[in-house]
Amino acid sequence: MKDLKKTNLFDFHYKNGAKFVPFAGYSMPVQYKSGVISEHLHTRSKAGFFDVSHMGQIKIWPKNNEKEKLIQALEKLMPCDLYNLKENRQTYSLLTNSNGGVIDDLMIANKVSYFQLVVNASQKITDYQHLKDNISQDFDIELEENKSLLAIQGPQSEDILSDINSNIKNMKFMDSIDISLAGIDCSISRSGYTGEDGFEISVHNKNVLQLVEILFKKSELLPIGLGARDSLRLEAGLCLYGNDLTSDITPIEANLNWVIHKRRREQGSSNIKFLGNAKILNQLEKGPFYLRIGLLPIEKAPMRHGSIIYLDKEGETEIGIVTSGGYSPTLNKPISMGRIKSEYLEDLEKVYVKIRDKILPATITKLPFIKTKYKI
Amino acid sequence: MKYTEEHEWLKQEKDIVIVGITEHAAEQLGDLVFVELPNKDLEVKKDQEIVVIESVKAASDILAPLDGVITEINDKIVDDPSIVNSDPLGEGWFFKMKLNNPSELDKLLDKDEYDKLTS
Repeated sequence: MKDLKKTNLFDFHYKNGAKFVPFAGYSMPVQYKSGVISEHLHTRSKAGFFDVSHMGQIKIWPKNNEKEKLIQALEKLMPCDLYNLKENRQTYSLLTNSNGGVIDDLMIANKVSYFQLVVNASQKITDYQHLKDNISQDFDIELEENKSLLAIQGPQSEDILSDINSNIKNMKFMDSIDISLAGIDCSISRSGYTGEDGFEISVHNKNVLQLVEILFKKSELLPIGLGARDSLRLEAGLCLYGNDLTSDITPIEANLNWVIHKRRREQGSSNIKFLGNAKILNQLEKGPFYLRIGLLPIEKAPMRHGSIIYLDKEGETEIGIVTSGGYSPTLNKPISMGRIKSEYLEDLEKVYVKIRDKILPATITKLPFIKTKYKI
Repeated sequence: MKYTEEHEWLKQEKDIVIVGITEHAAEQLGDLVFVELPNKDLEVKKDQEIVVIESVKAASDILAPLDGVITEINDKIVDDPSIVNSDPLGEGWFFKMKLNNPSELDKLLDKDEYDKLTS
């Protein structure tokens, strides 16, 4: 435990009654005094504050101002259309591997003179190495350990931030701009991991505590731990890397077809092939072997990560596995996501999941479980 | 009141005991969202897994504290598991059981011993 890293807000969390857990090499707050359910509901009804400084922030820029070459290099590693990603906009994308699996999911922003990536804490060293190994020496790449990352999520997020700088109101979902908050330089995107309207704020470590004090002058803000972060993203039907997305799961199997941008699907000499291109495009055309789906357990027991999914209540025909699952505070019932062999999915409404010594029914449902509130 | 190292409390009422989990356990588990209780009249052996509880974060088992027979279960906490968090020592009890050998209660921890365990 003593080797765990701390974010610059560790003392802030401690003072707020956080319970800490080890997560991706960091000691992180899993919940605060009020508990996971009330933190979750507070984020949905007002606004929640998340310290996500353990996540990786990676900056990539061309040494000789050759941005087009950088776009070509990055498009070999991810299936998004960076030519058409406008300045000060970001998109959700993935680093794929040569088998069509996923090394990590991420946000990539066009910051005019460079690209900014936000990647998962657990994968940030892997991602950094993968990027270094696969883009040429003409580009510089930095894993920015000198920056913190905060998220403000929930219906009151806009009011909280626009009281500090009214230009926040002009931002749309997936905008990413450099902006000052009470004299502190920040890079803010209108995005998040909860299904709510919200913002992610990148700020230098030396200013983060001062910024947090300014944010918490607004009484409606509550600090939220990793527990509620997970239940919020699950309700929003968002993938967790390591569970719903892995190096063995393709974006198509994860039901993320939209992540393969239109230009990247076209065959032609002008289009650069991304890693795993052949398998992914083939699945896009012919359908994947597995598909990520939503599950609503009919009884009260949560169906969690790793539980086996069967076609029949006798448990004779195994057809898939639960990849994420837990309790939904908003719906006050359990929810899960899983992957099921596509050959069984047509007209399939009900499946059976083994929990301990029982096999219990669940209905297949559309994702997300809640209505998302992005300011598109 | 007696305690187990598994963070259960046992309160003797005539020839039966009421069993629940301690405040310390309830706090450590966090918000409970699911409780599965044994059937009434079930004969149980010490350390047999007879209750499943799940918090937002994870599932855990509650073990039978001693040998005996389940005489009553608390259906209220099945309907609303949050009662265990709000009142673990009262309304949030789990089950009542008749012990095969009530003198075995003496082997369990008293309050001081339990407090030492959790401090």
